[in-house]
Amino acid sequence: MPTKAEKDALTGTELRDHEWDGIQELDTPLPKWWLYVFWAAVLWSAIYFVLYPSVPGISGYFKGVLGWSSRTQIEETLAEARKGQAKYLDRIRTTSLEDIRRDRALLTFAIAGGKASFAQNCLPCHGPGAVGRKGGYPSLADDAWLWGGTLAAIHKTLEVGIRAGTEDTRTNTMPTFGGPDGPLKPAQIDDVAEFVLSLTKRSTDAEAVTRGAKIYADQCAACHGKAGEGNQELGAPTLNDQIWLYGGNKTAIVAQITKPTMGVMPNWGGRLDAETLKMLTLYVHSLGGGK
Amino acid sequence: MTVATGTVETAPERAATVDYNMDVVRQFTIATMFWGVAAFLVGVFIALQLAFPMLNLDLPWTTFGRLRPLHTSAAIFAFGGNALIATSLYVVQRTCRASLWGGPALASFLFWGYQFFIVLAGTGYVLGITQSKEYAEPEWYVDLWLTVIWVLYLVIYLGTIMRRKEPHIYVANWFYLAFIVTIAMLHVVNNLAVPVSWFGTKSYILWSGVQDALTQWWYGHNAVGFFLTAGFLGIMYYFIPKRANRPVYSYRLSIVHFWSLIFIYIWAGPHHLHYTALPDWAQSLGMMFSVMLWMPSWGGMINGLMTLSGAWDKLRTDPVLRFLVVAVGFYGMSTFEGPVMSIKPVNALSHYTDWTIGHVHSGALGWVAFISFGAVYFLVPKLWNRRELFSLRLVSYHFWIATLGIVLYITSMWISGIMQGLMWRAYNDLGFLQYSFVETVEAMHPYYVIRALGGILFLSGALIMVYNLYRTVKGNYADVAETAELVPAGAAAE
Repeated sequence: MPTKAEKDALTGTELRDHEWDGIQELDTPLPKWWLYVFWAAVLWSAIYFVLYPSVPGISGYFKGVLGWSSRTQIEETLAEARKGQAKYLDRIRTTSLEDIRRDRALLTFAIAGGKASFAQNCLPCHGPGAVGRKGGYPSLADDAWLWGGTLAAIHKTLEVGIRAGTEDTRTNTMPTFGGPDGPLKPAQIDDVAEFVLSLTKRSTDAEAVTRGAKIYADQCAACHGKAGEGNQELGAPTLNDQIWLYGGNKTAIVAQITKPTMGVMPNWGGRLDAETLKMLTLYVHSLGGGK
Repeated sequence: MTVATGTVETAPERAATVDYNMDVVRQFTIATMFWGVAAFLVGVFIALQLAFPMLNLDLPWTTFGRLRPLHTSAAIFAFGGNALIATSLYVVQRTCRASLWGGPALASFLFWGYQFFIVLAGTGYVLGITQSKEYAEPEWYVDLWLTVIWVLYLVIYLGTIMRRKEPHIYVANWFYLAFIVTIAMLHVVNNLAVPVSWFGTKSYILWSGVQDALTQWWYGHNAVGFFLTAGFLGIMYYFIPKRANRPVYSYRLSIVHFWSLIFIYIWAGPHHLHYTALPDWAQSLGMMFSVMLWMPSWGGMINGLMTLSGAWDKLRTDPVLRFLVVAVGFYGMSTFEGPVMSIKPVNALSHYTDWTIGHVHSGALGWVAFISFGAVYFLVPKLWNRRELFSLRLVSYHFWIATLGIVLYITSMWISGIMQGLMWRAYNDLGFLQYSFVETVEAMHPYYVIRALGGILFLSGALIMVYNLYRTVKGNYADVAETAELVPAGAAAE
């Protein structure tokens, strides 16, 4: 080992006296700015340590000089938000849907609230602008309603849902007419489908319509109505308009008679508070189809 | 010799006395590139899935939920892990002047054992076998196998250091050793689990609730700290002075930043759980240690960059060195961004947004991958006894294409992430949320497309690298003249 320290020719800094695989090290002191910033960060942490919760104990922890906690922070933020909306929300809670509808300022607030809640909770199925989605998610922006489009009916549907699995939910069953256990044979189902098509003047087989009309009267009219006008009391869809949940061509109609698909709407009562349910009702009602 | 240039040529007779095991280093180097390309490819695919969801293909095995951990683990443990093992086994032998402890058979077992771990973990992801812990998804049987392999790695590494012929242990080895030891500890503690049955894959973790969350992020954060930081600093400490042919800037800084880094890093994990059920005092500590971590992290950057003092001109002519040095630049950027994001009010905006994804990738692509590329470009000619790479011009192309890819990636994620965070917290005049979640997703679409483009560029660069390395290994290239030619910076753009 050299007794006198070697110096690096380019920087003039002393070299350490060993090398590994050709690598040497300079004896440069710690950069001052590096050291000062490091201590500044330590000092900042020490101050934070005193001001904020930092030390665990046996049954609790040191709360910090400021007494700050994330729980109180969120409570304060929420309280502030509630305070800002309180004057409207209190009135919405105590005012009937019809009366809210007549109060322009309150209705504006309710529709804004309903829109926000709709975007968070309903949009994934009913789509942006509530125009519905393929596969059985109805549009809420037209005037075709399965369970009714009055304020009361919409509110009830929102509250209890459809086939939501609860006792008070709205529910009905479209029977399975096809298959080995079904009451109708494929040819009969075909006839009924032709009759259903004839309700919107799309049938191409007059004889089948005649045969299908009889089956329809026996099997379907009780719920869907003699002329396919539907029944909102039972949630039975209208068959004489151009709005179809699961498709309106013959294949889709046959499929729905043979082995029906039935959708589920969650019950929002209990998940959303009473004010939000009311605001959602008014928002949906305002989309164009409200009765 | 009173005036040294900074490096001392190892006398040939001195080197010749050691029978280095380079076979296993070659194997791990090939595996690094193989898994690297695989990881980037899956990354590009899942980036495209986020932009175009139909690419989930409606198959359980190809959904984002399964491929995302496949990508992260392939990048960290398959690409990063093989790069770390390859370089560490090279560096420990060269800087200790000792061949690997345990002989070639044990080293070969380490190689195949580690590859088997990767395949075992990867098949689990695709088949949906997971314990749902980020970066620690593999189930108990994979964890046990990795424990065996990892302890073997530690023993080989330590054994080699013990039989060293140098009086001191070189700084790169401290970092590698800190990485190996800490990962062993993190892996074992975070994966303590009780299998449901001997022949089933399912197990239950010992921890529950917030303790599980804290243990998980103690693990997760230190996987970043010790796998992706300490380990790759080991690469930096050998390959930058070697390639630049300059002495390490400051021995003292290396000691101080090493000990401060490993002491402070291990406490910073709770910043992943800000504003959760984790007690406030633990959140405070996680944040304080993250802020104190800033300078210890930057110590490595200073030592890396300042090692070039007097040799900065080499960046103009040597694209391999450019990879190594720009990696250190990205390292400095990420290790500044990290402490900033750990500060609670910043975290309230950044957490759960794409900003985090951008942050991770400035580290993963800019630091981890670039330093690995530089090291592999350095290693391959040495390992296969070539004078230089097949083409430095192709290295330069790779550098610029990959850099552009990273820039597209991180800038699009910054914009997308901050926008996402601001949209989530936006209220209208009446006090209702301004945007729905769906609207935020729609708004992010263009940035997802840009991010995927960045990923495609990064992958393309890696493919150029594979070709270049293949030609280097194959040898006998006619245009030796070109390999000797040093390409100035920016030449690729001309």
